[in-house]
Amino acid sequence: MPKPLSLHVPEPAVRPGGVPDFSGVHIAPAGAVDRPPVDVDPGEIRDMAFSVIRVLNREGEAVGPWAGSLSDEQLIEGLRHMLLLRALDARMVIAQRQGKTSFYIQHLGEEAVSTAFRKVLEKGDMNFATYRQAGLLIADDYPLETMINQIYANSEDPLKGRQLPTLYSSREQGFFTLSGNLATQFPQAVGWAMASAIKGETNIAAGWIGDGSTAESDFHAALVFASTFRAPVVLNVVNNQWAISTFQGIARGGVGTFAARGLGYGIPSLRVDGNDYLAVHAVGLWAAKRARQNLGPTLIEYVTYRAGAHSTSDDPSAYRPKEESAAWPLGDPVIRLKAHLITRGVWSEDRHIQLEAEMRDTVITAQKAAEANGTMHSANRPSARDMFEGVYAEMPPHLRRQRQETGV
Amino acid sequence: MIQAIRDGMDVAMGEDDTVVVYGEDVGYFGGVFRATQGLQEKYGRDRCFDAPISESGIVGTAIGMAANGMRPCVEIQFADYMYPAYDQITQEAARIRYRSNGDFTCPMVIRMPTGGGIFGGQTHSQSPEALFTHVAGLKVVVPCNPYDAKGLLIAAIEDPDPVIFLEPKRLYNGPFDGHYDRPVTGWGKHPDGEVPEGHYTVPLAQAKIKREGIDVTVLAYGTMVHVALAAAEDTGIDAEVIDLRTLLPYDLDTITASVRKTGRCIVVHEATLTSGFGAELAALVAEHCFYHLEAPVRRVAGWDTPYPHAQEWDYFPGPARVGAALTQTMEA
Ligand SMILES: Cc1ncc(C[n+]2csc(CCOP(=O)(O)OP(=O)(O)O)c2C)c(N)n1
Ligand SMILES: [Mg+2]
Repeated sequence: MPKPLSLHVPEPAVRPGGVPDFSGVHIAPAGAVDRPPVDVDPGEIRDMAFSVIRVLNREGEAVGPWAGSLSDEQLIEGLRHMLLLRALDARMVIAQRQGKTSFYIQHLGEEAVSTAFRKVLEKGDMNFATYRQAGLLIADDYPLETMINQIYANSEDPLKGRQLPTLYSSREQGFFTLSGNLATQFPQAVGWAMASAIKGETNIAAGWIGDGSTAESDFHAALVFASTFRAPVVLNVVNNQWAISTFQGIARGGVGTFAARGLGYGIPSLRVDGNDYLAVHAVGLWAAKRARQNLGPTLIEYVTYRAGAHSTSDDPSAYRPKEESAAWPLGDPVIRLKAHLITRGVWSEDRHIQLEAEMRDTVITAQKAAEANGTMHSANRPSARDMFEGVYAEMPPHLRRQRQETGV
Repeated sequence: MIQAIRDGMDVAMGEDDTVVVYGEDVGYFGGVFRATQGLQEKYGRDRCFDAPISESGIVGTAIGMAANGMRPCVEIQFADYMYPAYDQITQEAARIRYRSNGDFTCPMVIRMPTGGGIFGGQTHSQSPEALFTHVAGLKVVVPCNPYDAKGLLIAAIEDPDPVIFLEPKRLYNGPFDGHYDRPVTGWGKHPDGEVPEGHYTVPLAQAKIKREGIDVTVLAYGTMVHVALAAAEDTGIDAEVIDLRTLLPYDLDTITASVRKTGRCIVVHEATLTSGFGAELAALVAEHCFYHLEAPVRRVAGWDTPYPHAQEWDYFPGPARVGAALTQTMEA
């Protein structure tokens, strides 16, 4: 008699009440991974999809072949961006509790990924972000007040109250209108890049997706188009270990890594320490160069950790130990960059505290200015008229009739 | 209502080992609305588990399981996210029986939270029922209270064909009649909030008259049933409010009997107006009750725009709009 079959259902190493255990997370020492030329044969770097590129070591030094892509000033600016994003998040989470907005998504622990990546892009490049890459806007000096206007859905909301808070849009900042539907924008990034190639332009595109969302068919559709047409695109997978309450093993399956998904499509696929500002920048730059030199797509997996709740609607203590975040082996991106700058001799605890306070004040000033334009439930918010506009370039008669019916 | 839905799955899983429950975040956590809370612990990881974020995968695998003797009851986290599964639902699940002449069948339930009222914006508020009622081979159910939710869900799980089970999320924690500025109430004191223990069913394809009246018939389902009742109350018009409960197959007898009695009819739904299920209902009433009608059939629905975020209450067809339609229909 053959043995009866049984179903395998993966589980994370620990649940609430357990002791955090990241022994399954294998982390290469900083500096250990080679830096190949950008025109390397993808077949030769397949092992990079299973390692982790890191620059900052435990002592806060930048080591190895991926170090050196940024100056002191650029690094201090990077720290400023991360702190600004962190300060904005902290204030907006409170604002949500105060009823000034319906919803907010924070980035705690993942600030390095989007802020550092923004610095490898040029004017005219386009990001197809998820809701967890507001750092792309912050690092491109998008006005905070405009962001908060959108979050508050007030009279100055550039999206007229139509979109969920944090689902920004800014062509000027190279930030494509954000969708709430996961993964849909990954192929769109490839298409944008293909258009750039068809038109003979020089700009590139970047797609963004979370670990959980790589399970969607659209992720795979993006990879096959990018591979076949050698689209000038950087395909970014942010593996923050969690998809709401679902651990990354459910989307990843088997062994392997998210980066390894690219190998089957013949796409150079790299893994990088997502909490290492320097490594994120260096790897992003490498991938962007490949795209600009018409060498085609690169897949990058950022290994990081979602230290906060999924959104203001979520309470992670229901499905993972509270202490897990502190036990995360790659640490905190802000603390690590700060330590590096101190090691470099260009930073101090005092200056750090000053900068934190300055960022908090910057956010508070912007918040006050935005509040003067109203918040979620105040009277000066986008009108019913705004609701009817922009569905089409020209309002068709049936919609005009409906608008008249509402008397606006 | 969320407890009633959980209870429905619990009863079905307890009575039938072939019932499995899965979807995004439904396992250990118990779902973002907690509809499956405790089911994994009670029935084990192979009966209730987290799915990868792939709606096409969730429905596609459920079809395979259903064809292979299981009764999957899967969750799509929000109806707004069912589109990647639309191919599997409409081209596959709906037609497995027909194209194999019964050689293979597809007894499965796809649950999805629908509708607005929670400031969820365009991707947490949609009501896509008409995208399913337009497809031959699907059944479409929309409960509006805990008693019906449990009974209909058990009936849906026991049904031999695929059932789309749409749960108005604004009703999860209490009745909601569209008076958003009034205090929130729970199901505790509501007559339909009482849910018997154990197994019972509410048969599919049977509408229910929620309020008898002689002036005008209101056809509604989901949240709009409560809105329609409030509108009748607010206007003092003696409306007969019918909760369709199942949209497909629809209960034509209950609809026509009522409209023939009242001679007037309005149809209310939260989904966008154009090509909505209300169009089907209006056409049915015109076909079957034309000579009894004293006024044109009116539709009150969401506007033909994406569901906005900040303008939620401008969009939502609340009691004021339904009341105005009642008044106009009476004056016609
Ligand atoms: C198509 C689709 N399915 C489901 C959802 C609901 N949802 C929103 S975020 C989320 C988890 C996404 O996790 P991941 O891709 O890892 O990104 P993260 O939130 O961790 O940044 C889910 C399931 C959605 N928005 N779209
Ligand atoms: Mg994630």
